[in-house]
Amino acid sequence: MEFLLSKYNYWLYTLIMMIGLYGMLAKNNLVKKIISMGIFQTGIIVFYVSIGAKSGGTIPIIEHGQGAAHGIINPANYVNPLPHVLMLTAIVVSVGTLGVALALALRLYTEYNTLHEDEIIERINQGEGGSDD
Amino acid sequence: MIDPGQLPILIVIIPLFGAFAVSLAGCCLSKRWCLPLTVLALAGSGWAALATLNQVIARGPLNYRLGGWPPPMGIEYVVDHLNGLVLVVITVVALLAAVASKRSVEAEMPNRINLYYPLYLLLVTGLLGMTITGDAFNLYVLLEISALTTYALIAVGRVRALHAGFNYLILGTIGASLYLLGVGHLYIMTGSLNMADLAVILPDLYNSPAVLTGFILILVGIWTKMAFFPLHTWLPNSYTYAPDATSCLIAPLMTKVSVYIMLRMMFSLFTPAYVFHHLEVAAPIVWLAAAAIVGGSLLALTQKDFKKMLTYLIVAEVGYMVGGAWLANRYGITGAILHILNDALMTLCLFLAAAAIIYKVGGRKLADLKGIFHRMPLTMAAFMVGALSMIGVPPTAGFFSKWYLILGGIQAGRWEFVAALLFSSLVNAVIFFRIVEIGFFEKPESGEVAEAPLSMLVPLLLVAVSLVVIGIYSGEIVTTIIQHAVPEGI
Repeated sequence: MEFLLSKYNYWLYTLIMMIGLYGMLAKNNLVKKIISMGIFQTGIIVFYVSIGAKSGGTIPIIEHGQGAAHGIINPANYVNPLPHVLMLTAIVVSVGTLGVALALALRLYTEYNTLHEDEIIERINQGEGGSDD
Repeated sequence: MIDPGQLPILIVIIPLFGAFAVSLAGCCLSKRWCLPLTVLALAGSGWAALATLNQVIARGPLNYRLGGWPPPMGIEYVVDHLNGLVLVVITVVALLAAVASKRSVEAEMPNRINLYYPLYLLLVTGLLGMTITGDAFNLYVLLEISALTTYALIAVGRVRALHAGFNYLILGTIGASLYLLGVGHLYIMTGSLNMADLAVILPDLYNSPAVLTGFILILVGIWTKMAFFPLHTWLPNSYTYAPDATSCLIAPLMTKVSVYIMLRMMFSLFTPAYVFHHLEVAAPIVWLAAAAIVGGSLLALTQKDFKKMLTYLIVAEVGYMVGGAWLANRYGITGAILHILNDALMTLCLFLAAAAIIYKVGGRKLADLKGIFHRMPLTMAAFMVGALSMIGVPPTAGFFSKWYLILGGIQAGRWEFVAALLFSSLVNAVIFFRIVEIGFFEKPESGEVAEAPLSMLVPLLLVAVSLVVIGIYSGEIVTTIIQHAVPEGI
């Protein structure tokens, strides 16, 4: 129990990630796959954000930092900002991926009139919408 | 004259700004400017890559600090013998593929030329950045840049490519996310993202399960990206149905750059001692590689569509390189690195020939190849050089890397890997002989010679010649470049 509670952030991110992974691989609807992809990536973002946290830590902004603060700064009082900044980049990447995925899903929908993957595969095998190959 | 210290950044910056320039030229001037500007940007980048490799050979590894920030706080570019070679391969392949793409892009997507070439350059930028960077997180960002542009470049073509592209997007995202997660694990333990810095801190933490988890996550993430058997399922369809110009670019490069990333992670981030001796995973991985080679070859044999057949050969070739790297001896790793160079060129040769055939004949079935040797003699001559190299016939380049891999397999006593290599050579011989049989002996429907346009033929013949030249000089390449790239302590 102690083991579970003391590392709860890792259990949580693993759970979120696995839900997303399951959806990406097992769901049939393309939009559900895309939503699962978002959940999967969010799991990793939660992981990174949680590793920067410190108990009792505050936001990493030093008051009157520019030349005014002559006192010694104790890093233990501030959360680690680096993982958070990294995740800004990862969020941008996931937005980009989401955009491309939605564009592809939209094109698939206009070509095949469905978002269900098994129906799309069926139509591909029947040679519909694939007349150009 | 340009300060030689600035060369590493130029390799990446030229195609990046080239992409914006092409985009601007496409909407403000005319679409005719897109391809010349793309070729110009790639030529500039290629020049910078060659000059950098020259410097590395003369003076040893180079470091470039972005914005002057010292590592490990800032991001640095590091060029050593290994990635110096890979950078040259990327720019040369991208340049030749761009020249050859002119007609097939005009034929397949006449309205999207101004959108296609900026993406093409951004993809090359991503690949070059992944190769040159010395920062593990920076690598992730560039990995995603190259992946996002690849999804678009695949799906821009035939309708059939949409579903393949979507599948690739899902699996590619899983791969890249696993890599990111692995880097996160290493970051928790070390507090650093700079590869050189990580290499210094990690040896004290080799017993930590978090470091092990990080390493495994990174490895599996990269394997998904490189289509290592059995994670290869996304590759054949997306490479087959992609526009021919896209296949000529991504088929030679994406998997090879991923193999480079794997080598970088194994030997620069971690040490051979940790990877081969501390973890007891080398044996199963070589078995998997042997399975990849056998599986890829057999699946290639069953295809009726020759472009799809070539994509399964890529799956087998990935097995060659991963297996060679995990043989844990000098021959195997030399073979794997030499094979990055050789396989990029022979895959390019085969795909350029396939693009030329599809452009002229209009079909991708093996049955469409009847009499092709009489109709397109020069294209098929080049195709056969690529095929011989794939089979591993001297003096083509493919023979020498396969030779090193087999020597490595024998030295390590990994007979399953040696057997798989010999089996795959045999199957490749059957596959290509079948093309000779159909193309040479079966009667064509129309007898006249209809050779591919010059813009396709010239790059194709250049690659074919280079396969022989590199084969002849492969001893020099190994002594001047590759032997310095093999990690110490093996």
